[in-house]
Amino acid sequence: MATIKSLDDLKRAREEALKKRELKASSGTVQVIVGMGTCGIAAGARDTMKAILETIEKDSINGVLVTQTGCVGVCEKEPIVQVIHGENPKVTYGKVTPEIARLIVKEHVVNGKIFEKNVINL
Amino acid sequence: MAIEVKDTKAVLKAVQDAVSRFGATQDELIPILNDINREIGYLPGEALDEVSRLLRVPKSHLFSVASFYRMLSTKPRGKHVIQFCESAPCHVAGGREVFQAVKEALQIDENESTPDGNWTLTTTSCLGVCGVGPVMMIDDDIFGNVDPKQVPSILAKYK
Amino acid sequence: MAYFRSHVLVCVDPECLKHGAHDVLDSLQDELVAQGLIDEIQVLETSRIGSCSNGPEMMVYPEGIHYVGLTPDDVPYIVEEHFLKGRIATKFVEQEKKLVDEELSAPTSKEIRVVLKNCGKIDPENIEDYFAENGYEALGSVLSSKTPEEVIDIVLQSGLRGRGGAGFPAGKKWQFCRASKETPKYVICNADEGDPGAFMNRRVLEGDPHAVLEGMIIAAYAIGSNQGYIYCRAEYPIAVKTLNIAIDQARNLGLLGKNILGSGFDFDLEVRMGAGAFVCGEETALMASIEGNRGEPRPRPPFPAVKGLFAKPSNINNVETYANVPQIILKGADWYASMGTEKSKGTKTFALAGDVKHTGLIEVPFGISLREIIYDVGGGIKDDKGFKAIQTGGPMGGCLPSEYLDLPVDYEELAKAGSIMGSGGLVVMDEETCMVDIARFFMEFTQDESCGKCTPCRVGTRRILEILERICDGKGKDDDIETLEMLCREIKGASLCGLGQGAPNPVESILKHFRSEYEAHIYEKKCPAKVCKSLIRYEIIDGTCTGCTVCARNCPVNAISGERRQTHVIDPDVCVRCGICMQVCNFNAIVIN
Repeated sequence: MATIKSLDDLKRAREEALKKRELKASSGTVQVIVGMGTCGIAAGARDTMKAILETIEKDSINGVLVTQTGCVGVCEKEPIVQVIHGENPKVTYGKVTPEIARLIVKEHVVNGKIFEKNVINL
Repeated sequence: MAIEVKDTKAVLKAVQDAVSRFGATQDELIPILNDINREIGYLPGEALDEVSRLLRVPKSHLFSVASFYRMLSTKPRGKHVIQFCESAPCHVAGGREVFQAVKEALQIDENESTPDGNWTLTTTSCLGVCGVGPVMMIDDDIFGNVDPKQVPSILAKYK
Repeated sequence: MAYFRSHVLVCVDPECLKHGAHDVLDSLQDELVAQGLIDEIQVLETSRIGSCSNGPEMMVYPEGIHYVGLTPDDVPYIVEEHFLKGRIATKFVEQEKKLVDEELSAPTSKEIRVVLKNCGKIDPENIEDYFAENGYEALGSVLSSKTPEEVIDIVLQSGLRGRGGAGFPAGKKWQFCRASKETPKYVICNADEGDPGAFMNRRVLEGDPHAVLEGMIIAAYAIGSNQGYIYCRAEYPIAVKTLNIAIDQARNLGLLGKNILGSGFDFDLEVRMGAGAFVCGEETALMASIEGNRGEPRPRPPFPAVKGLFAKPSNINNVETYANVPQIILKGADWYASMGTEKSKGTKTFALAGDVKHTGLIEVPFGISLREIIYDVGGGIKDDKGFKAIQTGGPMGGCLPSEYLDLPVDYEELAKAGSIMGSGGLVVMDEETCMVDIARFFMEFTQDESCGKCTPCRVGTRRILEILERICDGKGKDDDIETLEMLCREIKGASLCGLGQGAPNPVESILKHFRSEYEAHIYEKKCPAKVCKSLIRYEIIDGTCTGCTVCARNCPVNAISGERRQTHVIDPDVCVRCGICMQVCNFNAIVIN
């Protein structure tokens, strides 16, 4: 990204960022967001993240973008994983152990079926 | 005691590295001490001597600073340092029982090290992850939702 | 040791047994053997998985699936679905009541997320996400079209008060610093969030670091500073890492450094880590620490705005205070002032911890009541036990009993009630908490963290701690309460900094609201909440004990004796009250008296 030297540059940076977001949503890319704040890590989010990445690699799943975020706020339900499937509303899962993470990838990410058991309202 | 004590060369190198990273001024004292403590595991007398020389700060001042902060140690510590959160929210969530389990598993008390030099047990104040209490930190790893029964398997990860 | 990939716990409580739990168990064992799974799946008998109203039931781990209403004929299907095909046999899964699973929704209708707006939504290590959320637009507007005085005016009008605990109007602080003539001036962010139970700042630092940076740059412009520091506690290594990544990104794009946004304004900052000292959250102690000294507070006046870091004018504010600034600039002072009460404007983050169903962070406008926070937002007391007290403001805050549940939360109201706002930690305590133990607990903390500089705090807190320890040990004396009251008065009046001045608050408020518990400990040598070890006994109930010997085998000090199938007995003189026997007893035969 180019240096931001003026207000116009700033405006352009914002527009680019928004456009990238829209592209992600409309291209059907599935976004998987793992909460990696300290509370998430204390609850085991690193292993959850590892499980997600391993499953994606092992099953050669395409069109998935895995990112991280900070503490979501429902610390007692960590590890927390959010899934945005294309333009569908975001689904948030709580207490996602590595085993559950694998199931979520297989069912929600690949088959588009929400894994009801661990959904929390956020 | 079988706690590993680093040799003079390693100590001096750690000091040199820290001072060149941060600069030889007094206001960088705490970052420098933090760095050395992290590298060697504690602050040996020789390290403080060298820091005193390089920063031109009296040794008494260094000891006064090093002994003030909980995370700096002037005594050798075990290979792995457990920081157990002893603050109210973890306490209320059952921290006392977990702490008891840790003490029993290692057969040491707070601020003590195991005879084989593998573990030092310390307490810390709130680590800021109260939503997943009881919490403890081993080196840089943080463990939450700790149950007394999980203690042996958590400790086993560090063998 | 055999490695099991799954554990099945089958309930063998009387109710479930009546409905054939043993047959289900046998069927399960047979099926697992038949499928060659017996070495991979461990089957255990247990008690009380659920309510036994729909037994026989079993719980499968690690997934935590609760199967209910089972017959021996259902077992082969479950084994095939769950253990062979890896699918949950949904038709046997317990339909969870929505109430139990009611999550801390964010935002609930009571919450308004200002500071926490982006947390959990954006990738904190990607500045583009911040741009997409109007990031750095406030800075752009400030540098291009507002004078420093105008910026200070906006912050003053908004009513933003320092969120670190003291609640001093932020705009006024900036004004004083601007008025100081000496240079260089420093902008400091207090990220030494040491209050046990408080992790709001950590959340913002790890979730939305750029909001803090932007707020600091705006403050620097307003007061005329070109150098800043973020003092972050060492116990937050991930927050430090995230901050440094954010700073690098901002610097690389020219949002930090020389000639920001072409305005001619220079500003840069660095992160300084603490080293484990709670007192460094006090502003003068924090500055002493940055200077490379012991974290010992200094008398004020002179205030930091006049003589601060390196004896130069400095503005020091909390993480949350800075994080509010960009939105106040973008949405206007009136918008911010429209929330809250007359003297406490805007929103505040709180960290709900303790015995409440939903622990975590919330952000609510001032004026909301404690009752709403605990019950509406927090879901009520864990396990539906009774509410006893709530401590507000961290270890220097008072404990408030149920009479104060309808207190509207703002700076003045909490002070009137004998507590403080502090940084926003709220610790909820249920009916099984011993308030004397809590007083001792907090005093232990503050005593440990006392820097030692002034006698009233250093010596006074130790004397109070000694008395409280004696009381909890069953050795309370007749004049202890009067002595405690006197000590609290003296320490509050004579201490140099907020730590000493606030240290007696928990003790004092507990003496005021829970005096009867002190009296029970001292005069009756009883702990009503059954917590203080020297005042309780663990006893085995004759009639309930089955003589299974599990407790005796687990007792670390061999305090339990008894023959197989005979009621066991605990020797109170040997017992160390560790509670292990009660934990391992499968029959609820051990109680505390």
